[in-house]
Amino acid sequence: MYVNRRAPHGTIYGHEGLEVVLVGAAFDQEVSMAFVGDGVFQLKQAQDTSGIGTKNFAGAYRALADYDVTRLYVETESLEERGLTVGDLMPLTYEDEEDNDQEKSSITLIDRASLGQLFEAQDVILNF
Amino acid sequence: MLHTVNKSPYQSDALTTCFGLAQPGSAVLLFEDGIYAAMNNTKFSGAVVVAQQCCTIYVLEPDLQARGFDSDCIMNAIQTIDYDGFVSLVEANPVVQAW
Repeated sequence: MYVNRRAPHGTIYGHEGLEVVLVGAAFDQEVSMAFVGDGVFQLKQAQDTSGIGTKNFAGAYRALADYDVTRLYVETESLEERGLTVGDLMPLTYEDEEDNDQEKSSITLIDRASLGQLFEAQDVILNF
Repeated sequence: MLHTVNKSPYQSDALTTCFGLAQPGSAVLLFEDGIYAAMNNTKFSGAVVVAQQCCTIYVLEPDLQARGFDSDCIMNAIQTIDYDGFVSLVEANPVVQAW
């Protein structure tokens, strides 16, 4: 599991973390992502970096489903503390092959206590 | 004096320290990850309202857009400015403190 804790664009962590996720997934690792703290800002919809002259890597989140990365856990408390709801996030979806290719959301809201337990179930955690 | 804050208030105490030390009549510019302090309904909204009683607070619009926000998302009385406005603030304030 890859844990994102930082906002996009101000530092390189978010971009680097996403690159590592894509590399790991390309090597058939079983990958999930958690978004905690300022990490939830990574998924904010309508990011447009044309005014600051940097690469807008937010669009690459839409490619995750193609790499079978379909479990993105977003901590509810982090959203609320930042005045956000799930409706403010990018609508990331995947087609579930085990369920007639139904389109489903890749984003799962999870409360802090449950996320802590989910961490305990991981083999490896990388924190960005 | 112009105070510039480019760090997320959730990750750094830069904003809180700045607000504690800024003197009446100061300008405070939120840019880069500092823009998150300008949003409505956050745990920093109260501190921003208090700071606005003595300081003028600005936010850099290109950094808002890069992070998926616009002027509708930010608190009342915070002024959005562009890079030209940033330059004007620097011109108007002989001393700049970068937090």
